[in-house]
Amino acid sequence: MAQLQLNDVRKSYGSVDVIKGVNLQIEDGEFMVFVGPSGCGKSTLLRLIAGLEDITSGDLIFDNERVNDLAPSKRGIAMVFQSYALYPHMKVYDNMAFGMKLAKAGEAEIRARVEKAAKMLQIDHLLDRLPKQLSGGQRQRVAIGRAIVRDPRVFLFDEPLSNLDAALRVATRLEIARLHHAMNNVTMIYVTHDQVEAMTLADRICVLKDGLVMQVGTPTELYEKPNSIFVAGFIGSPQMNFINGQIAKGFGAHTIGIRSEHMVVDNVSPVWSGEVVHAENLGSDNYLFVDIGSEEPVLVRQEGKTSIPWGAKIGVRPIEENLHRFDEHGRPIR
Amino acid sequence: MTTTALDGRPPQGSGPVARPRRSELQAERVRAARLFLLPMMIALMAVAAWPLLRTIWFSFTNTSLSNLSGGEWIGFSNYLTWRTLESGRTIWRGTLVDPAWWNAVYNTFRFAIISVGLETVLGLLVALVLNAEFRGRAIVRAAVLIPWAIPTIVSAKLWAWLFNDQFGMVNDMLMSLGIISQKVAWTANADTAFWAVIIVDVWKTTPFMALLCLAGLQMIPRDMYEAAKIDGIHPVKVFFKVTLPLVKPALMVAVIFRMLDALRIFDLIYVLTPNSPATKTMSIISRENLIDFDKFAYGSAQSTLLFLIIALCVILYIWLGKVDLGGTK
Amino acid sequence: MPAAIKTAAFYLAVVVIVVVAVFPFYYAILTSFKTGTSLFQVSYWPTEFNWQNYRDVLSQGAFPRNILNSVIVATLTVACALLLGVTASYALARVRFRGRTLLLLTILAVSMFPQIAVLAGLFELIRFIGIFNTPWALILSYTIFTLPFTVWVLTTFMRDLPVEIEEAAIVDGATPWVIITKVFLPLMWPAMVTTGLLAFIGAWNEFLFALTFTSSSTTRTVPVAIALLSGASQYETPWGIIMAASVIVTVPLIVLVLVFQRKIVAGLTAGGVKG
Repeated sequence: MAQLQLNDVRKSYGSVDVIKGVNLQIEDGEFMVFVGPSGCGKSTLLRLIAGLEDITSGDLIFDNERVNDLAPSKRGIAMVFQSYALYPHMKVYDNMAFGMKLAKAGEAEIRARVEKAAKMLQIDHLLDRLPKQLSGGQRQRVAIGRAIVRDPRVFLFDEPLSNLDAALRVATRLEIARLHHAMNNVTMIYVTHDQVEAMTLADRICVLKDGLVMQVGTPTELYEKPNSIFVAGFIGSPQMNFINGQIAKGFGAHTIGIRSEHMVVDNVSPVWSGEVVHAENLGSDNYLFVDIGSEEPVLVRQEGKTSIPWGAKIGVRPIEENLHRFDEHGRPIR
Repeated sequence: MTTTALDGRPPQGSGPVARPRRSELQAERVRAARLFLLPMMIALMAVAAWPLLRTIWFSFTNTSLSNLSGGEWIGFSNYLTWRTLESGRTIWRGTLVDPAWWNAVYNTFRFAIISVGLETVLGLLVALVLNAEFRGRAIVRAAVLIPWAIPTIVSAKLWAWLFNDQFGMVNDMLMSLGIISQKVAWTANADTAFWAVIIVDVWKTTPFMALLCLAGLQMIPRDMYEAAKIDGIHPVKVFFKVTLPLVKPALMVAVIFRMLDALRIFDLIYVLTPNSPATKTMSIISRENLIDFDKFAYGSAQSTLLFLIIALCVILYIWLGKVDLGGTK
Repeated sequence: MPAAIKTAAFYLAVVVIVVVAVFPFYYAILTSFKTGTSLFQVSYWPTEFNWQNYRDVLSQGAFPRNILNSVIVATLTVACALLLGVTASYALARVRFRGRTLLLLTILAVSMFPQIAVLAGLFELIRFIGIFNTPWALILSYTIFTLPFTVWVLTTFMRDLPVEIEEAAIVDGATPWVIITKVFLPLMWPAMVTTGLLAFIGAWNEFLFALTFTSSSTTRTVPVAIALLSGASQYETPWGIIMAASVIVTVPLIVLVLVFQRKIVAGLTAGGVKG
């Protein structure tokens, strides 16, 4: 249970600035996701919060207390690492109990806490095994269990799903969402490069690029009201269509952006028209790539099975209220 | 303290370090590191730095073995001194004009270059054989290790017996093959003693070179050879154009280590050819003077010179080769 | 060249390598079982199987005592080197501090030291402390080559241990000492065995210091004892006994080396090639 505040936090290695002044408030019990392309500094930011790296300048505040120089173990955090980072020579029980043993907690209390966490994650039958005897998914649960046992104020996840295969990743994602609801007074910070994970898990998302915060908001806010071309393009799958040049000028913008689901096929009163150059049928949806004379063909989503053959000439119309207009600096025009 | 990464990452940049304070974690780690290094530093000071300084100091005194604390400062006299006689003739004295010393320097370098050269070539050949796949490879590899596992003194005695002039196996075999007509005193004869030492050293150390070469060879991906085979390139050409350049970095490090080892050779010669001037090396005559001949200070001067020569070789090698010895990957 | 000749040439090379590698020691074993005049007749196959030389070397003189000395000296040397080496290599591999590269270079430089260069100074030091002609003189002096080597190899191994495990331990509240003893040491056993073994072999075989810092037959180590073994008269070298002694001290080493073959090669490559 903690409220976190980052005031102009910076991190540099020698002359290389990695985090260039981050201001951010994370509320009590919130699930905050840091997302961004690789090298944006999201993992570094998490490690600064954890205390594994020193903050070059700025303040990191946990519940009105400045913790910049406090050792990680005294910050009341727990961390789940990408590679699980289980102690290979310790049984699952000892892995989970290690932190409490170091804190000199009583044997009975340790056992109670470990067993409670294990039951919660359904790994109570694995307590006597070594990490190498577990599957990837089970190891990840043990890593999460080890974090739970620490009873942290803040729970930190560093790309915890990226070593799992696709099916397991979805299952574990649900698990983490469930955990967040079960422990709804614990603040969680989660780093990922996968915007789907960000959208499905987060209360709020913080989009980072080149060591700077681009936008912070709920998934819906980011999706509907991106404050830059970068965020508009990063959030949402498939990626938003961007159109430059003459077509955009017609809308009074340098660039316009429209998501594929906000385009309709309209042969009666089309805004643009063109040839279908490619189509992908995913069963539930049908994606059409339409060449309307922009740099790239635009993507149009059609629900259901209506099939339009390749090479067909069709008209399309963007839904006006969902159209995003951007100026030459990539800022939205509202 | 420039960076604070926990791992051994190289320092990122060398810009201004504006870090007046350090976090609790980093402070604890650096404090612990200092504490952890302290015992090792003290030990190395005691057994390396201090004795080395004392040896150098002794070389400027007239200290004798029986009275270690009674030495007086005599400047460079152990290295070089001269006196002009009334007749106008100048007499030079000291290690630097001692023919025995220069003979030892010559022997040492001759030994180091020839033995390391042979070991490298033979080691590479053995490694190439071991790198091929054949039945019983594991046994052969184990057999090759045996000379390396035998203590130097034992192998010296072993070969002294094989080279024995009256009853040795080598003479017996060569005579029955008709290569020599009368028995040769291999280790006593001035012409052959040097080569006897070379043979034993090569025999003992080639396995080490072979293993290091083999480790280097096994890092070369197999498909590289297959690609060369498909392209129809002659195996000899493949060796010189593909294998050798890829093994070279590992080989060069092994060669320098062996070279430094060979330059300080002592035990093999002490046991195998104790009295032959043809095999007296720098270490051998230094110790003779230090301990056996009661010319402690004079021996110290020779030890100091040996140290300087080896240090010079290392500096030259690092400077010429720009080898990354720092271990910063 | 026909394939058959090629194959034959290859196997001939293999046979030559094996014979050259193994024959001298094989011949030593043959000799060690010979006594009397048969000792002086060259033979390539076992002709006699007489334990007399072994009985002589183990009952006459101080040879059993020399073996004990060697075991004590080598074991304690290894223990000291590992004790000092583990903590130092953690600091060198895992903590970034000013002067780290310089320190690593210094350690490497010490391992290349010509031992003769410290002989005079060490001699004085050992006389001064009063440990001349005791095992402690050897244990102290062997540190000069075992410690740098141990630190160097363990640093290489330690650097390859995953960073995240250490970070997890830090988050769990482990101090550097706890990280070494509770987290890293259990993962380092293979490296410790390899390094310890190589240091043991180095200490077991050392000659120059052992020759200089001991002066009586009961304090000598095995290599010195073998080098100085002499017969009844000074003109007669007791080859049978020397070979028996050689076999006794070499067979355990060969067994160790063959058993830990892979580990030793890994250790040598870590210390040599990567170094």
